Amino acid sequence: MTPAMVMLGGAGGAVLRYLIDLRVQRGRTTAFPWGTLSVNVLGSALLGLLTSWVLAAGTTGGAVFALAGVGLCGSLTTFSTFGYDTVQLITQRRHRHAAANVVVTVLAGFAAALTGLLAGGALWS
Amino acid sequence: MTGTHRWDVLLAVAAGGALGSLARYGLGTALPSPAGVATLLGNVVGCLALGALMAVLARQAPQPRLLRPFLGVGVLGGFTTFSTYVLDGLSAAYDGHLVAAFAYAAGSVLASLLAVVAGVAGARRMLDRPGRTA
Repeated sequence: MTPAMVMLGGAGGAVLRYLIDLRVQRGRTTAFPWGTLSVNVLGSALLGLLTSWVLAAGTTGGAVFALAGVGLCGSLTTFSTFGYDTVQLITQRRHRHAAANVVVTVLAGFAAALTGLLAGGALWS
Repeated sequence: MTGTHRWDVLLAVAAGGALGSLARYGLGTALPSPAGVATLLGNVVGCLALGALMAVLARQAPQPRLLRPFLGVGVLGGFTTFSTYVLDGLSAAYDGHLVAAFAYAAGSVLASLLAVVAGVAGARRMLDRPGRTA
């Protein structure tokens, strides 16, 4: 059952990432990968929220966490595109864009997950 | 790409995402501890593979329409993850392992960038091998 939940959430997360990326990048001429940044921050906040629920409930989260946490959040966020985009920016000699992408993605991702954890902690307690 | 979404592309992304996520889950089950090792390994392997895929696709004309949505966006996007990486790092920091958390956060990024470069370079070398025809 768990693998099926992971697959279902993973399919939804990938489609959501693809659609959000298209929507965010539409009409933009900038080389900065705002779409990937958006899904990574959003998914980190959501996983923080789900993790605080699992911690508060004192369980492993079962099917819900497999679907929404491992599947959806895991697949909504991506490291490969983040890495590839950054290398592309370096190759194009947009070094400031590349550095900003790494710093902003990592800092915003950690801040978003922490916010999700704290918000969840207040919510589930 | 225009405003309307092509259903075959969305289906390719979904199928790839399901398979990539299942593989990530399988890796996590096979390597449950220490926390973060499976995430780091998956992210590095996924970056290596995406670098190779993009290098190969850059030489293909015309490009197979569903290959990048399925393999790049779906499988590799679903196999690698950013959210679990962040939660792994926060968990280490919360447990008081601040140096390990920082090393994991920075090391994952560095290793993944190097993996992309290695993937691109490796694929180009294979494609440029003498004796290979078009």
